[in-house]
Formats: sequence, C-alpha cells, structure tokens
Amino acid sequence: MPEAQVKMKVREAGEKASIIDIEGDLTAFAETVLMDAYNQASDGRTRAIILNFEDLEYMNSSGIGLLVTLLIRINREKQQLLTYGLSDHYRSIFQITRLDDAIAIHDSEDEAVRAANLA
Amino acid sequence: MTEQTPQDEPREKQKREPRDAAYWAKYAETLKVAGVAEGATNINVDGRRAVGPLQGFGKMWQKTYRVGLVGTEVTPVEVIKTWKENYQEFWPEGNRFYAPLAGIAPGEVALISGSLPGGVKLSTGVMVLYADDESFSLMTPEGHPFSGWITFSSFEEEGTAVAQAQVLMRANDPLYEMGLRMGGHKMEDEMWRMTLENLAAHFDVHEPVETNVVCVDPRIQWSQYRNVWHNAGIRSAIYSFTAPLRWRRNRPER
Repeated sequence: MPEAQVKMKVREAGEKASIIDIEGDLTAFAETVLMDAYNQASDGRTRAIILNFEDLEYMNSSGIGLLVTLLIRINREKQQLLTYGLSDHYRSIFQITRLDDAIAIHDSEDEAVRAANLA
Repeated sequence: MTEQTPQDEPREKQKREPRDAAYWAKYAETLKVAGVAEGATNINVDGRRAVGPLQGFGKMWQKTYRVGLVGTEVTPVEVIKTWKENYQEFWPEGNRFYAPLAGIAPGEVALISGSLPGGVKLSTGVMVLYADDESFSLMTPEGHPFSGWITFSSFEEEGTAVAQAQVLMRANDPLYEMGLRMGGHKMEDEMWRMTLENLAAHFDVHEPVETNVVCVDPRIQWSQYRNVWHNAGIRSAIYSFTAPLRWRRNRPER
C-alpha cells in the first residue's frame, strides 16, 4: 500500500482541547496517521479536538470520508470537533459535502481555541 | 523592495491553487439536471439538495467491495477510465444509470432508475462529487435510499491493480432504514459484487469480490425522520399512479 503523504503534530490548547496540525495530503492512506494523532490528542480531560488545515495541500473524497469517521468517533467520546485554517477552496468542499452542518469552522487558531474552551 | 513577513505566508499559501481544485464539484445549493436522456425520469433530483452521511436517519455503514485484477497489467488509471466510460454497462440488469452528457465529471448530475425490495420502482439520481484519474465519488440527493457517497477507486497492491467501491452512508429516512434491515443490505451487497465482477470480466479476470462491512455509527438520527418527505420511492410510486391523469391533461384538444 502506498505511504501516507501526510504528517500530523499534536499540541495542547488549554485544559480541555488539543490541536492536530495536518501537513500534506488527506487521502485514504492517511487513516492510520490521523487515528494515531487522535489517540494522542485525546485523554480523559479532552473535550475538544481542533484540526488545523493551514498546511493541507491536497484532499480527495476518501480524505473527507476520514473526517466523517473521525467525527463519529469524537462524538462517541462526547467531544467536539472544530477546525481552522481552511482555505476558501476547502471551505467550499465542507459545504458541498455538508460537513459544515456538524463541524465548526473558525477563522483562526485563537478563535477555535476560545470556542473549544468555552464548550 | 518589500520583504515578505511571516504573516504573509498563510495568505500566500491560500492563494496557490490546491492540487485537487479541478477534481471537486463546485458548491451549488441544489442539484440541476442538464438534460434528461430518453427513458429517464427527472422527478426526484432537480432542485434537491445533495446529502452526505451526516444528514441521514439510519445507522452509518462503511461497505467496501474490492477485486484484484490478477493476471493483467492494467494500471489504476486505465481501470478508472474504463469504469467512467462504461459505468452503466457494469451495473447488473434491473437498474439503469443515465450518464450525464458530459460524462462522469465533477458537478455533473446523473439520473437513475431502479427498484427497491418488494419491486417498488424508483427514480432518483446522483451528483459527481469528485473525479480524478484514479477515483470518482457519487453523492446522493434528498430522497435517495441512501444519504452519503460511494467512491470508486483503483490502486496498486503488490504489483496488481485493485478495483474498489466503498460506500459511506446512512439510510435516508425511517422507511429506507426498515427496507435495509429487511433485505436491502443484501440487495446492495449483491449489486456491487456483480458490478465489480462485471468490471473484472471486462479485463478477462474472474476473481472473487471481497466484501467488508463496518457499522461506523449504530445510532439512529431520530431528528432526521422528516427526510421521509422527499422519499423517492413514494414519490416515484405516486408519479406512476398519476400517469393517466397527466396523459388526460396533456392530450391534444380534439
């Protein structure tokens, strides 16, 4: 199987939230990397996961599918999923796929972190 | 000369066209059918919104069907090109896919006529959500049995091209959810098994199709019960029953 062309880094953002910085391509091959990042980002206290898309370079429909399954997993843990750093192009994709019905989109890290820590 | 500051970097990144820009459908509030092929019925697609797995009613499923094209040297790009050009041909009998005039390309809308468990006739369609050289995805409209999308792809595994269809969906409304539980799942598995067998046979391959089914979310989204208003099965049945009335209304004056 081809290698994932993506790197993800996990950072804390306050007491209740973690940020996953996504760099590269979000495709089906990114599944293991994404789920490993989520496991690292989520501990007993985490109430919100924030995805940073500033360095996203490519996403196909399988990549969007990964976000759906991640969202289900996050909701099962009674956590919230937020995003920031989406370009106009990727915001449009969130609209077309109706992901924006369930995933909050913020304009900056500060805004996302504030929203996450208020939840 | 003005130096670029660190704040300029994210803005510069945003301005660069992403590599996937040409592969995605453009956003539109509702679907628009460009032309209705002979034999197709456009009653449950035009003006409908596209819906994803998050907008459906029933449990969420991820179903993966795949076949290895063993013994051929066909490439993933060739597999997808063939699949796009012959999409209808690989469907089993009893269901009809009316390809858009422009072919399977991002944003195009196709009409479908088929049948549900119990022999209920169904007119619906799909939108091409995404299409590149090695995959394409079709997204469903309101009223379709499924709320979600199906991705057809091909990739190399240990030197052999694999053709795959992967569905991520919920039943759109309570009636469809009941239908899935009463034989619909089996019908769907059979349909994609036969489709992949037909695709493989096109390349003179007769390998078994592997199926993997995962219930991604067992929870019912009760708040989406109202989706039944758009149920394409019911609306198709009403359309059929009222055909004589339309004939009377449309016949020329004597």
